[in-house]
Amino acid sequence: MSSSLLQPRAPPSLSSSSSISGTKPQWRFTSLPAVTFTRRARNSTVNAKIREIFMPALSSTMTEGKIVSWIKSEGDVLSKGESVVVVESDKADMDVETFYDGILAAIVVPEGESAPVGAPIGLLAETEAEIEEARAKAASSGGSSPPTTAADAPVAAPPPSAPVAAPPTPAAAPVVADGPRKIVLTPYAKKLAKQHKVDISKVVGTGPFGRITPADVEAAAGITPVKSKPPPVTAPAVTAAAAPAKSAPTFAEIPGATVVPFTTMQAAVSKNMIESLSVPTFRVGYPVMTDALDALYAKVKSKGVTMTALLAKAAAMALAQHPVVNASCKDGKSFTYNSSINIAVAVAINGGLITPVLQDADKLDLYLLSEKWKELVEKARSKQLQPHEYNSGTFTLSNLGMFGVDRFDAILPPGQGAIMAVGASKPTPVADKDGYFSVKNQMLVNVTADHRIVYGADLAAFLKTFAKIVQEPDSLTM
Amino acid sequence: MQSAISLSLSSASPITVRSDGGATSSAPDLFFSNTSAPRQLRFCGLSFSGCKSSSNAVLLRSKTKISASLTGNGAPSKGFDYDLVIIGAGVGGHGAALHAVEKGLKTAIIEGDVVGGTCVNRGCVPSKALLAVSGRMRELQSEHHMKSFGLQVAAAGYDRQAVADHAENLATKIRNSLINSLKSLGVDILTGVGTVVGPQKVNYRKAGGSETLVTAKDIIIATGSVPFVPKGVEVDGKTVITSDHALKLETVPEWIVIVGSGYIGLEFSDVYTALGSEVTFVEALDQLMPGFDPEIGKLAQRILINPRKIDYHTGVFATKITPAKDGKPVTIELIDAKTKEPKDTLEVDAALIATGRAPFTQGLGLENVNVETQRGFIPVDERMRVIDSKGELVPHLYCIGDANGKMMLAHAASAQGISVVEQVSGKDHVLNHLSIPAACFTHPEISMVGLTEPQAREKAEKEGFEISIAKTSFKANTKALAENEGEGLAKLIYRPDNGEILGVHIFGMHAADLIHEASNAIALGTRIQDIKYAVHAHPTLSEVIDELFKSAKARGKASLVPQLRFSLLLQWLKTMLLGRLLNQWQSKRS
Repeated sequence: MSSSLLQPRAPPSLSSSSSISGTKPQWRFTSLPAVTFTRRARNSTVNAKIREIFMPALSSTMTEGKIVSWIKSEGDVLSKGESVVVVESDKADMDVETFYDGILAAIVVPEGESAPVGAPIGLLAETEAEIEEARAKAASSGGSSPPTTAADAPVAAPPPSAPVAAPPTPAAAPVVADGPRKIVLTPYAKKLAKQHKVDISKVVGTGPFGRITPADVEAAAGITPVKSKPPPVTAPAVTAAAAPAKSAPTFAEIPGATVVPFTTMQAAVSKNMIESLSVPTFRVGYPVMTDALDALYAKVKSKGVTMTALLAKAAAMALAQHPVVNASCKDGKSFTYNSSINIAVAVAINGGLITPVLQDADKLDLYLLSEKWKELVEKARSKQLQPHEYNSGTFTLSNLGMFGVDRFDAILPPGQGAIMAVGASKPTPVADKDGYFSVKNQMLVNVTADHRIVYGADLAAFLKTFAKIVQEPDSLTM
Repeated sequence: MQSAISLSLSSASPITVRSDGGATSSAPDLFFSNTSAPRQLRFCGLSFSGCKSSSNAVLLRSKTKISASLTGNGAPSKGFDYDLVIIGAGVGGHGAALHAVEKGLKTAIIEGDVVGGTCVNRGCVPSKALLAVSGRMRELQSEHHMKSFGLQVAAAGYDRQAVADHAENLATKIRNSLINSLKSLGVDILTGVGTVVGPQKVNYRKAGGSETLVTAKDIIIATGSVPFVPKGVEVDGKTVITSDHALKLETVPEWIVIVGSGYIGLEFSDVYTALGSEVTFVEALDQLMPGFDPEIGKLAQRILINPRKIDYHTGVFATKITPAKDGKPVTIELIDAKTKEPKDTLEVDAALIATGRAPFTQGLGLENVNVETQRGFIPVDERMRVIDSKGELVPHLYCIGDANGKMMLAHAASAQGISVVEQVSGKDHVLNHLSIPAACFTHPEISMVGLTEPQAREKAEKEGFEISIAKTSFKANTKALAENEGEGLAKLIYRPDNGEILGVHIFGMHAADLIHEASNAIALGTRIQDIKYAVHAHPTLSEVIDELFKSAKARGKASLVPQLRFSLLLQWLKTMLLGRLLNQWQSKRS
């Protein structure tokens, strides 16, 4: 993975000194093939190879990087070793090269924005055919689509054609004057057109000699020109009055408060949570008797099996039977059925929250799963998780039972179909179907799901299967 | 400017390297006879090994200077009107004249146009005035930049004529101070067009047509250059212009094509975009800014080109440029530089031809001394002595500055002039061109001295040594960050085996001022292991360079400090021994 490859090469001091004969002080990112679900999206026959370009770790202390500039733009053909993007770390700006040939299909994190180490910042398609798919993926991964989404609609079809005017008239005819009027753009208009993905063939130039001016492009992109900056505010009082109009509601300030900025991880959590608001979710709760599971746990505990592993395994087995709950909705138009069942488990670590992923939880046996889990938790604590170890989940498990919480609500992380909130298992008086009371260990699980793809009945059926597995847990050890 | 030059002359102008015996005054003779012939030859160098004696030399020389200024412009050698006649009163000729007077030579300078030449009237000087304006405009227009300081500024605007006047006024001011400095030293300014009519003979023709012949022991040609206009380009001075016109800033076109992306083109792109123009570069080579170190060029492109209202066509020639007329725009026909096939036709509001400069050597009467120019340049050897068509040196004839094409920079011309004056006053001197810095005054600035990385690598391969690179970022510099100008890079190319500095390239705030620490080090032969101990005030931008030297890993031993210590120790031991012997002797006696 990128970060692990790069970290040892990071310069330890503010200045780097390197011998020419040695390695060039340039950074490369490795990009892994995109997580499996993208490959089999919709038409599984196409062996699409879309690679994610990750934010590389340029120094040992770097947690996030800012994109200074994209040297290449969307649609550019890249060859191995070419500089693609300039990343600013806490120490310096570095050129990042590609390890693969391909086409820069989509820029996920635009210039000037930051991304945590390991987060995808762009997508690399192998062939032109995959560009569209990659773009769809980029769009669905949400977040940082260019600010002009609204203006995209009228120009959706053609990718931004090379803004340079069409190939010049043949060599034989140097007199161009009377031919079809060629498109003339000023340099800034060209930049704006590229930035806002405006199809210049549809823009009518209003500048001198019919050339397309920056204002024309802005009009086509639906942007009100920002020229003539408003004169500076005359008095600070006016600023206060004017500010709330555009910024978020301001809160009354309580004197003496301490403001602690988010860490990168906290910022990521915050961003994910805000993004989650765009997904229509609903919740279904289910009581599960755990006497049998508790008995099993007592038996296998000595072999290093943890309750988390047991629950993850049970959920994975249930998901195998209900693939729609393991699916995700990437673009609001389709189901993306994931090929593997990767259970992300929320873990609180010092000042943060991370979700290490148990990959192929349905296939690994309980003991391997437990071992894997221990390894992941250790890595999480030492902040050494690789991106694919925390961002490849297809279903999330959150357990607050150990704190005595009996039930709670989880927020669905973006990109997944469902999350399960597990409460504590408690002795509870239960009436059976004959009306006899008994005291059973019962835990309440509550699943939050994306109602665009997972419907109430799906979730109910899934929970029923899950409860059955937990109540008859022998299958877990098989 | 003038004061700067005279200051540099009086204090420590490059000391000669080897004694030629017959110097003008007896004092240096005395000194040189002490050290005698086989002194270590280091170009333009105050080597550390010779440190002690060179400081003596400076002291002695300053005595000479006093006598020179007492006599003013000295009496000519027998049989000549002047000791030295300089054709061309640009920065090169001016520098030579000043130094010649200091050396006690009777000097005349011939100028057919205006004193100050290209630099003062149509080059570095007025362009700095425009760039000072563009830098401020840029800052005021960058809302983000201002906001980060907490400043609120009204929309910035400008008055074109007032900006143009600023440039004009600056040129006038500098020109006058140049004239005054020549007059006050007693240099004869002969107005007219100078022609070499034979060995040691120059003719100058006044505007009215009257000609005057003067004889001189030595002649320096310093006629400079004019903007180079390629074939097919029709310059009308209004819509198709050269830097000469552009500096008058008679218009600020909405869209201007700049042909050539070297220093001149780059600086004008900075001016024009700051004043609201959009710019298109046309560059014949495959990359913009071809003369710069590739890494610096790449960074410069990222900061000076990409975010601005600039686009470019590379690998193309502009074969035909027609000025705007009859309601039609300026048209520029482009062909592919390699295949020569038509590529595109640009239609814009104006075109600036910045394809370099051509030497101004016509009508100099070079045929009278059997000299043939090469593409207009006057061939010279490393001592600026003119070479004739047979490859032999023309006695007493020198050529400095743009006219010889060695390094087309004002300060290089001046340095060459000083070098020539050193020679004609009896001391051999060879200028090390690798120690001459160059700067491009964009925002931020670019500066360099010595070799670029590819050049250094080529040299290293040929001569079989290893090179290393060190880099520092402005991002780590307190002062740069305080100014919100963290963009920048300083790069050092050096030999790790002996610590020799091969090249330094800086891109960042005040890079043009920062380069001199490196260029001085190269000129004086200072090694990294020595200069890294020099102390820099904190917090200053110069710490970027300090950091650069400190991060270099030279294996050579520091020379100055340990040596000094060692010699002190030796001296101390000697005195101790002597004292002891004396004591012993005394005690024996008693």
